[in-house]
Amino acid sequence: MTAPISNRSDARFEGYHSARWAEPVVMELSSPGRRGAVFPDAGPVPDLPPGALRKARPVLPEMTEHDALRHYLHLSQMTLGMMGVSLFGTCTMKYNSRIGERAVAADQLAEVHPLQHPDTLQGVLEIYANFNDMLCELSGMDQFVFQAGGGADAAYTHACVTRAYHASRGELAQRDQIVTTIQSHPCSPATANAAGFEVITLSLEENGYPSLDQLKSAIGPRTAALMVNNPDDMGIYNPEIKEWIKAVHGVGGLCFYDHANFNGVMTRVRARELGFDACMFMLHKTFGAPKGGGGPAVGAYGCADHLVPFLPSPLVVRQGQGFALDEDRPQSIGRVREFWGNAPQVVKAYAWARAMGAEGLREAADLSVLANNYMDKRLGELPGVTKSHPHIDAWRLEMTRHSVEQVTKDTGCTVVDIANRMTDYGIDALWLSHEPWVVPEPFTPEAGELWSKEDIDYWIDVMARVIKEAYVDPKTVKTAPHKGAIHQLKTDGMEDPERWATTWRAYQRKQGMAEAAE
Amino acid sequence: MTKEPCDRDAAQVLGLVVNPVAGLGGAVALKGTDGAAIVARALAAGAEPHAGERARRAMDAFKRDGGGPVLTGPGNLGAEAAPWADVITLPPTGTAEDTKALVKAMQGRVALILFAGGDGTARDVMAANNTEIPILGIPAGVKMHSGVFARTPERAGQVAAAFLASRGRRMDDAEVMDIDEEERRRGRLSAQLYGMARTPAGPTAHLGPKAGSGGDAVAEIDAALGAYARDMDDDTLYFIGPGMTMAALKQRLGGGTLLGVDAARAGQIIARDLSEADILALLDANGRTRIVLTVIGGQGFLLGRGNQQFSPLVIGRIGLDAIDVICAASKLAALTLPELAVDTGDVDLDQGLSGFRQVITGPGRRQVIRVAA
Repeated sequence: MTAPISNRSDARFEGYHSARWAEPVVMELSSPGRRGAVFPDAGPVPDLPPGALRKARPVLPEMTEHDALRHYLHLSQMTLGMMGVSLFGTCTMKYNSRIGERAVAADQLAEVHPLQHPDTLQGVLEIYANFNDMLCELSGMDQFVFQAGGGADAAYTHACVTRAYHASRGELAQRDQIVTTIQSHPCSPATANAAGFEVITLSLEENGYPSLDQLKSAIGPRTAALMVNNPDDMGIYNPEIKEWIKAVHGVGGLCFYDHANFNGVMTRVRARELGFDACMFMLHKTFGAPKGGGGPAVGAYGCADHLVPFLPSPLVVRQGQGFALDEDRPQSIGRVREFWGNAPQVVKAYAWARAMGAEGLREAADLSVLANNYMDKRLGELPGVTKSHPHIDAWRLEMTRHSVEQVTKDTGCTVVDIANRMTDYGIDALWLSHEPWVVPEPFTPEAGELWSKEDIDYWIDVMARVIKEAYVDPKTVKTAPHKGAIHQLKTDGMEDPERWATTWRAYQRKQGMAEAAE
Repeated sequence: MTKEPCDRDAAQVLGLVVNPVAGLGGAVALKGTDGAAIVARALAAGAEPHAGERARRAMDAFKRDGGGPVLTGPGNLGAEAAPWADVITLPPTGTAEDTKALVKAMQGRVALILFAGGDGTARDVMAANNTEIPILGIPAGVKMHSGVFARTPERAGQVAAAFLASRGRRMDDAEVMDIDEEERRRGRLSAQLYGMARTPAGPTAHLGPKAGSGGDAVAEIDAALGAYARDMDDDTLYFIGPGMTMAALKQRLGGGTLLGVDAARAGQIIARDLSEADILALLDANGRTRIVLTVIGGQGFLLGRGNQQFSPLVIGRIGLDAIDVICAASKLAALTLPELAVDTGDVDLDQGLSGFRQVITGPGRRQVIRVAA
């Protein structure tokens, strides 16, 4: 056990413990007659249609204002997430800067509605138009649209654009297959299927990506499009990508670049210059806008001129001295989401990009690669930790998939056990891998440009500690977390409809409690 | 009435069976340990038994994870690995009969049989397991092609503890396979599928918990089979190979054999368990024909293991392009090498079959994978 432990963070190893409250369900805190605020009697019920009148009073918790606040404060204290160091790979966890929050809280955005006349929305439209220009500069594409509500939605947009493009040329019936790779983001095959295409998935080969020969074996007159990430989560850049695109174009297919892994190549590659017809950026990860929890996000979808007619409507366009919404687009696939997508996210991403500047983006990309290779080097020195394609000694880009298979074989402690135990040291649970697992017992840390060297060192020191614990005291690791708000979840109940409850009513019924009177 | 050892609620009890000579042959390159003469040779060549040690590791994990009562055999048949367990008295013979006798004695008294051994032990356990108690293997043999083995001894103990503690007791059917050791020592692999056994639900259980909600591998392959059955051409005769996935396809066509090659036409199985000669006769009488296969075992064999009825002559007549392969993506991902193997016995045919081939993995999904001769 010769894992290097840095000097700085030892105090933090022992110091952490999550807040832990025996917090009941809010309904159980209710006490009849208790109120947060007492209002004067509202007088007689207004003249409402009978169907709009409640027959019974709503069942709401009766409590004071400070009881309610304390309850939710306790819950927030027990919620993991961004409270420690989070190197959650593939998600490019970034700090959501206050400047973005300030921008969207301003009346000019918070008080507007997309159904207003565009003449009264010129400021927001200008931000859309300017940000469109920036993404076109970064990708070489000709037009972006911000309607898609996330990365998968943008991939779906591409599948629909692909359909419309081939239909316009009378080739849709013939072109019924979309080709992707097994380590591309799973939304590519899923959305291609959803749009009615058959999916052909390429397997990884010795170099860490599928060979050109394998691609050529899978494409032909049925090929509608190629949808790929480059690099994927292994961090290995496919240097033959131009040849791939040439081959797919040669048989009449389109090429889509899923830029989920853009962080390491920002300002270093332009999708269009590689030959891609379209690409997608995730504003909620790469561009510093918030993400997570299935919340509102934006997949910014951009394409070259030959696909612009098929983009969702409306498009924000420059008109005279101002900006307008172009809805008169007969070949458009229609809408993939309401209005112009999640405008606050676009404004936050724009604020982030303006604050960074072109030089800042390049520096961030380089830092994220540097941080990953530093991590890769140190993780490689930990006993029992290996990485995907260990025989490839080329530099990895912004993340690499690692494995603790050897630790599992030696000690029985799995990567999930290790992740659980790491949270005892104030580390957010690590990201494992998309499925299927082509690397056993996988984990995929990503530092990006945000996390300091001290944070990265601390994260690795904690992993080193936990692996050491696995060898000398596996029970402690397997029964972790010990310092969290809760211990291990018993997951079997999650698949048992007789036990889960998502409403108070169901909770009462399944716990054998009497239901409150209606 | 005298109190039987471990006279407890059978639903909570784990049965432990150790084959003390399992794995002996591996280290001395004997390719297995089936038969007393081979055991003697292995011991003479300096092989040291390690099945007991691996069983002990599994039982440590079982205990650590809160596992309950255990019923096992005396000495190196189990008690050495789990000294606290209740013991079935039995005079050891030092042969496979010990495994069978223990499994027989456990019928009705345990809820899961955990055994340490390899494919041969799995076969012996299955043969004596009259009431089809679910089984789980601690990997301790030379050959482990069967789907009942956990990946590590610790994992086996953990899965056993979790299975006995769970309310649902979810189970899967898994293939029990073995390779003829005599043939293998002569350099020729000859794998047989011996049947199916119930095992705690996997591959999640065996390989460890997966991230996120993930895809439901069983539902996906089931949907693929549904789509395939629906799209089968009425005028084509299909020869459907052995294996669990193929049995599920045959089930959709009226039911067929697990281990044999069956023929189907117009949505119905019309002939079962065909020999090479049967297939050739049907070829003479029919026009368009296709072969449907799945991948056999963790070694990724497509042809030449367990489906030798598809001889070079048969494949040559049906055509190399008239072969459909259906296999779950999770099974492809779990292959030892990320490629499929063929060994038809005809070198030129094997060459012709090699290269990139598309495997149906789901409805509207295919995966390209290299086939190597």
